[in-house]
Amino acid sequence: MKHRLQFTGKKLIRMILLLLGVSIVTFLLMCASPLDPLQTNVGQAALGTMSQEQIAKLEAYWGTDTPPLERYIGWLGDVLHGDFGTSLLYRQPVLTVIGQRLAGSFWLLLSAWVISGVLGLTMGVIAGACRGRWPDKLIKGYCLLISSTPAFWLAILLLLVFAVWLGWFPIGLSVPVGMDAAAVTAADRLRHAVLPALTLSITGVANIALHTREKMIDVLESDYVLFARARGESEASIVLRHGLRNVALPAITLQFASVSEIIGGSVLVEQVFSYPGLGQAAVTAGLGSDLPLLLGITVVTAAIVFAGNLIADLLYGVVDPKIRKGAARG
Amino acid sequence: MRSARILDKGIKSRTIRKRRREEKDTNRRLQTILFLVAAIVILTAVTVAGVMTEGYAAETDFSRRNLAPDLQHPFGTDWMGRDMLARTLAGLSLSIRIGVLTAAVSAAVALLLGTASVVFGRKADAVISWCIDLVMGIPHILLVMLISLACGRGFAGVVAGVSLSHWPSLARVIRGELIQLRQAPYILAAEKMGVSKLQNIRRHMLPHLLPQFLTGLILLFPHAILHESSVTFLGFGLSSEQPAIGVILSESMQYLTTGKWWLALFPGAALVIVVILFAMLGERVRRLLDPSSVHE
Amino acid sequence: MEPILQIEHLSVYFTQYERGFRKKQLATVKDLSLEIAPGQIVAVVGASGSGKSLLAHSILGILPYNSHVEGTIRYAGQMLTAERAKELRGREIFLIPQGVTYLDPLMKVGAQIRKGRKDQEIRRRSRAALERYGLGADTEELYPFELSGGMARRVLIASAVTEKPRLIIADEPTPGLDARAAKRILSHFRELADDGAGVLFITHDLELALSVADVVTVFYAGETIEQAGTEDFACVENLRHPYTRALWHAMPEHGFKAVEGTQPYAGTVQTGCPYAAQCPICEDDCRAEGQIPLTAYKGGTVRCLHPEKGEKYDAGRT
Repeated sequence: MKHRLQFTGKKLIRMILLLLGVSIVTFLLMCASPLDPLQTNVGQAALGTMSQEQIAKLEAYWGTDTPPLERYIGWLGDVLHGDFGTSLLYRQPVLTVIGQRLAGSFWLLLSAWVISGVLGLTMGVIAGACRGRWPDKLIKGYCLLISSTPAFWLAILLLLVFAVWLGWFPIGLSVPVGMDAAAVTAADRLRHAVLPALTLSITGVANIALHTREKMIDVLESDYVLFARARGESEASIVLRHGLRNVALPAITLQFASVSEIIGGSVLVEQVFSYPGLGQAAVTAGLGSDLPLLLGITVVTAAIVFAGNLIADLLYGVVDPKIRKGAARG
Repeated sequence: MRSARILDKGIKSRTIRKRRREEKDTNRRLQTILFLVAAIVILTAVTVAGVMTEGYAAETDFSRRNLAPDLQHPFGTDWMGRDMLARTLAGLSLSIRIGVLTAAVSAAVALLLGTASVVFGRKADAVISWCIDLVMGIPHILLVMLISLACGRGFAGVVAGVSLSHWPSLARVIRGELIQLRQAPYILAAEKMGVSKLQNIRRHMLPHLLPQFLTGLILLFPHAILHESSVTFLGFGLSSEQPAIGVILSESMQYLTTGKWWLALFPGAALVIVVILFAMLGERVRRLLDPSSVHE
Repeated sequence: MEPILQIEHLSVYFTQYERGFRKKQLATVKDLSLEIAPGQIVAVVGASGSGKSLLAHSILGILPYNSHVEGTIRYAGQMLTAERAKELRGREIFLIPQGVTYLDPLMKVGAQIRKGRKDQEIRRRSRAALERYGLGADTEELYPFELSGGMARRVLIASAVTEKPRLIIADEPTPGLDARAAKRILSHFRELADDGAGVLFITHDLELALSVADVVTVFYAGETIEQAGTEDFACVENLRHPYTRALWHAMPEHGFKAVEGTQPYAGTVQTGCPYAAQCPICEDDCRAEGQIPLTAYKGGTVRCLHPEKGEKYDAGRT
């Protein structure tokens, strides 16, 4: 138990250091940008008509008058007090904006993550068990096609077919025009989330399916499967009893470790479906040079990704009997 | 598989079967090489054609606005009367050129850092591993966006963004491979005989890495192209005057509701085909160089 | 008595991939014939890499997909087709493999012995089987990595006696065990044979084979080169093939003289006698086209063109 806690502690410290690194890198990149936030957001013409005082006030608001190092240290100090600053575009605390957006994205990401995981695992098991035959070829072909398709184009296609032609789903905007945000029902939200979730699920399958397939083939070539076969176990029983058992853990671990890809995909997909989530906010913040918001979003996303990796690491200790029992004894 | 055949009859049919199998193998090898040649020819042709049609792709003609696909304009025309086939070709060409450039830079960075983490001792390894984790912790799209912003978007932004975000996985592979190779008896022997570390790596280890490096490099193209178009689509990449696939698809979004499906369908499908060609190319090269690594 | 297993002219071919897609056909078992009667232990002795395990897998019908088999296998007088092998394995024909890697690392021992069935009957039988080999009921709750080498072997044997075995194929069941533990495991095979099962005992250890088997078949580079009764090994003059005699001389109590040269890998010798390169009395016709036939000689069988010459050579040697 003790060394398990130590292991977790070490991982946590590493995670915090990595997050610090992420914030520094993000900050430096944003500061290095030659794009002037004043020009992007206020406009050249408007700036020309303003007085020196007004411009100075704006510069102070966008933070362009403070040296980068001072700004970063100030930001870091505030973060330690739980304050991520104020979004310049939304004029709200960054954490409030992220909270709202994450609430919108959460179910979308989670459902896509679960569906793609289950679907990918199933496809990988089937392909591995049918190695070289048509189901394997079909699944491999599908994975090649899907991993070569840009997520946003797939989103556009689904939008075109299901929203424009068939009219089953709304074309965009979580809140319909002319309706109060509060009047939007849960059913409405769900309807808006179906196509983005579908897109993310379809694209998230390829990686896990191919990995599971390889692992499944290894398992089916193992000594213990040979012995199971020699003892008269049927192919179905071998795949379900031995194959699935030995393939599930690496698959779940991989799925935890690939949170980053689903979040990356959501940035694109939310943009296409105008879904008011975290990804869309990131794009808005990036285009509008909203440093505090983009910084906040990057750090929060990285924290989610690292947490996924941490869970993947710890999961082995919980599920693998070798480590579990070994730790219990030691 | 399991056949109970009389022996001498079996021997005869076996030799025939053996010959047939050998023929099939040489056929397969030939097929692979033919595929490689064909894929490279197609990709080169698209690149060259794209460069040549760039002028025509930018030509506006308001007398032929928003035409659905027909024989004269197989991919249709857009709201400024530009021919979509020419725009698509120009866009693909640009994508391929950027893909090749960024994949090459990425692979070079990966090789450099992967090697450095093995050569320069534990501290360097710790720092580089940390960097790898760091880069992998930020979703690719977000990182490419940030780097592109830092470079002021545009061509330079996309190239820097994609090249600087795609090296970690290949760097990891190279590092792992080198660590394994370092323990190989002949390397240890060479070290004992006083061959310097760097020389050892150049002379004995890098040649071993070549297959992995080459396939890694080719398999980077699809990722690079996809991320370039994605970031451009979001507005962080190539500017809207350039005939990039990301720009074309981003513009097409405004015309979807009015039923101009061809603006999105053909350019996207063409991009998918190019990416698949690259992915298959990489897979075939891998199978040629290291057949045991692939479960068929 | 009618033999439980009868193998005639069995050959196993393999397809292998080489760099750049070249496929290669390897005959890893060539023209093998043997018989096992109920209550009899037949040992197949050969160096590792000589293709012995494939013999076991071909009887069970569990060869990998890139292989094919020629020749006939009869079980209890009837052809052992793929369908029949599928029906009989795990019911009448049992494999006892080498060691713990043949158990699913993520499944408890009890669940593996019971093969997924959960009824009272199978629980009773699995417990009885474990008990027979001195393993308590708590063994059922262990994972394979928690078993010691000897325990793992006994678990593997126990997995066979939940049913009533008629043919047991033991594929190197004792590596890694010291001589005493190995003998104890082998005594379990004797018991099973005395209960009426036929046992095919595959090993690389001639001494071990002689301590338990009734008949010994010597395997060399995928070919059986001699079949002899265990009693023939009492005296080197009764042996028939130069390689068997070399093995005999290599045994500790007979001078420990190592066999010179190395055995070709199974399937690499295409024509002639596989032993030609190592044989002290090799003649030109030994390297001729085609396989040397297996001939009856002095109560056993041998695959050698000049067995008398070998006898003379060996007489001069001692």
